[in-house]
Amino acid sequence: MKKIGKKVITLIITLLLISFTAFLAFQIIPGDPAAAVLGIDATEQQLAALRREMGLDRPLAVRYISWVWDFAHGDLGQSYHYRTAVSGLLAGKLPVTLALTALSFVFILAISIPLGIVMARFADTRLGKAMNVGNQTLMSIPSFFLGVLLILVFGLILKWFTPGEYISYTESVTGFLGYLIAPAMAIAIPKSAMVIKFLRSSVLEQRRSDYVRTAYSKGNTDNRVLFVHVLKNACIPVITILGMMIADTMAGSIVVEQVFNLPGLGRLLVSSIGNRDYPVVQAIIVYIASAVVIVNFIVDIIYRIADPRIRDVSL
Amino acid sequence: MKQTRFYRMCKLLLMAGLLTIALYGCAGGKSDGTQKETTAAEDSTALAEPKRGGSVVVGIQQDLDSLDPHMADAAGTSEVLFNIFEGLVKPDKDGNLVPAVASEYKISEDGMTYTFTLREGITFHNGKPVTIDDVIYSINRCAGRLEGQEAPLVSAYSAISEVNRVDDRTVELVLGSADTELIGYLTAAIIPADYEKQAEAPIGTGPYKFVSYSPQHAFVMEAYDGYWQEGLPYLDKVEFRIVANTDSAMLELKVGSIDLYPYLTSDRARELSGQMEVLVGTSNLVQALFLNNAEPPFDKVEVRQALAYLVDPQEIMAMVADGYGTEIGSNMFPAFGKYYLESTKDIYEPNVEKAKELLAQAGYPDGFEMTITVPSNYQFHVDTAQVIAQELRQANITAKINLVEWGTWLEETYRGRQYQSTIVGLDADLAPKDLLDRYHSGARNNFVNFSNEEYDKVLEEAIASTDDAVKVEKYQRLQQILAEQAASVYIQDAAKLVAINPKLGGFEFYPVYVLDMAEVYFKE
Repeated sequence: MKKIGKKVITLIITLLLISFTAFLAFQIIPGDPAAAVLGIDATEQQLAALRREMGLDRPLAVRYISWVWDFAHGDLGQSYHYRTAVSGLLAGKLPVTLALTALSFVFILAISIPLGIVMARFADTRLGKAMNVGNQTLMSIPSFFLGVLLILVFGLILKWFTPGEYISYTESVTGFLGYLIAPAMAIAIPKSAMVIKFLRSSVLEQRRSDYVRTAYSKGNTDNRVLFVHVLKNACIPVITILGMMIADTMAGSIVVEQVFNLPGLGRLLVSSIGNRDYPVVQAIIVYIASAVVIVNFIVDIIYRIADPRIRDVSL
Repeated sequence: MKQTRFYRMCKLLLMAGLLTIALYGCAGGKSDGTQKETTAAEDSTALAEPKRGGSVVVGIQQDLDSLDPHMADAAGTSEVLFNIFEGLVKPDKDGNLVPAVASEYKISEDGMTYTFTLREGITFHNGKPVTIDDVIYSINRCAGRLEGQEAPLVSAYSAISEVNRVDDRTVELVLGSADTELIGYLTAAIIPADYEKQAEAPIGTGPYKFVSYSPQHAFVMEAYDGYWQEGLPYLDKVEFRIVANTDSAMLELKVGSIDLYPYLTSDRARELSGQMEVLVGTSNLVQALFLNNAEPPFDKVEVRQALAYLVDPQEIMAMVADGYGTEIGSNMFPAFGKYYLESTKDIYEPNVEKAKELLAQAGYPDGFEMTITVPSNYQFHVDTAQVIAQELRQANITAKINLVEWGTWLEETYRGRQYQSTIVGLDADLAPKDLLDRYHSGARNNFVNFSNEEYDKVLEEAIASTDDAVKVEKYQRLQQILAEQAASVYIQDAAKLVAINPKLGGFEFYPVYVLDMAEVYFKE
């Protein structure tokens, strides 16, 4: 309980720091939100009126504190560009990014764990070595490029899905998830390759340990040693990597959403930076940051379950 | 394998053929701008009988900035909202203003009073009839005269000093000073007075009514049964899909999930030939290398003229747009018809020797260094800058290209006037003064810092005049002054390339930035 309290305080401090940095960044870069809204032929009078309406005429510190205050009370503010509530804007986009992240993560698990084990099991054979080379190659392909490749092969040539024909989750959940398969794969494949590499080397490292020699000397088979003794120990560093992967997957979705024309947070974030739509950017950044911090927290807990030794050490 | 090769060869040949036809059509159209080029669209549509119904997906590049028509400012937004809203008058494809919510209008001879008669039987999308109070409310809202408003929402409306209700169907606008061109701005939407949700679920009088909008994704509208123009629109449903970039738009065009995409580049047009019909029109923009007349060395007229001799619009068009585009010589484009002075484009024929001479006269015999600031989101302007930098090298002028983000460009270059030279495209409403009044020495949007006494005088006379013949003469004189003084280096009215599903007909190019979906239909 005490530890959870500590974590929550860390979370709040992290979020304050991140939101303040984002806030400051917007003051430093040139570009006036009012001008971005009103465009090329706005008069000074119109600009001044809009700045007042947006609250941009107040001092920096006042604006930040009032933003934090409203945020703490659940009010994310008004978008400068869309002139509607930020919460409403995010509510429509959040499920898309969340579903994409979750699906990508499921794919990462489904691909990397079995393949990682197989590759470790056959590490010394020719097949294992060939797979390792293939894995290195996949690891170095950026998601957006893989996305374009997937669209080309499965969209244009095989016509398994229609690029751009995004189906909203409100229309059909299966259709929605179906459209997300290709983008999720684009994110998952390079990341899976990374997890495979970790799992494989972690297993190989464990196999050199003394307890493995003991296990073999007791007459255990290769498979029994691997699944009963080695895997449990090899999983600990992999859990850490997987935890970090969730944050990475979310970042990856920002890029991949552009490639697949998905109306998620990523596209909103990029366009809002261009529009100097600070309330929207701030809300998305805080959202992503809190997601990352919370996921890390969950990973810590899983970590303790997987390895009882860690429980004694204070985090 | 052989078959594929044969197919490819056929495709190549077809492509080459189409390109030749397109280029030929374009070259032929240069003398009279849009007219000739749009005939291609007319021809293809004349063949088939319009069919009713069907739904179409249009790819657009920018998200909408507001659904409230008076709040929206981006050209990309008015392009879409043109289908939902109408003003007292609205532009047609030939650049004329035709009555819309008003059935007729009269401008008094002194140019001080505009009288509008409300169209009988016209209704809003919520089924309620449009009343004169709605009209008065809409005008007052644009002019910033409602309670709590600080500034006009449409700046041109600040010229209106009185809005008088004459009777239940007539309204009279009285101006502070004579202006016969204000009619060009009275295209601003007429909206219901008692409705406050325009920004969420807009209601207008246009051929289509709003269905749904999802930011960064799509704007959907469907045919309005009660539209006052009989027989329009043809389609049942239109979705404007916001595409992330041209690459994803290309993919969606290829698989057919987008039926219409109006922002093709010439190299991309070639990629699509065979799958999509490509129509060529003009974009109605003044693309120029704008020079800061207050910043050395461009404070010297000889230097500006030297640049005009060095920059070759034909070469730029050939390099960045496969030869598409219409050369211009001043701050106006051919769609303005009688007001447009075509001869300005011939004042500076490419001449390196002449340019060097002028530079020597101005005290720069060895050239100089300069910076071209270009908004990085406009690839077309970035490409143009690269060609210009090469051309300037002929007279030892080294041009550095400085790419900036659009927000930065607006603040520093346009509003702050902190730049040496820049390349952008300027668009205009349907009033000639819209393009020319920015060169008045006192104009707030005179970002090139042009200052010329004769120009100021002629401009004031042109605006004040109520005689159209005088207006034509004065506006042409203004273009002549801009060209002679080389206020900037004017390049072209860029071509607009539209990819359209070959099954669709009725697409028209407009001299203003709109996408009219009311007349688009399926041929079969």
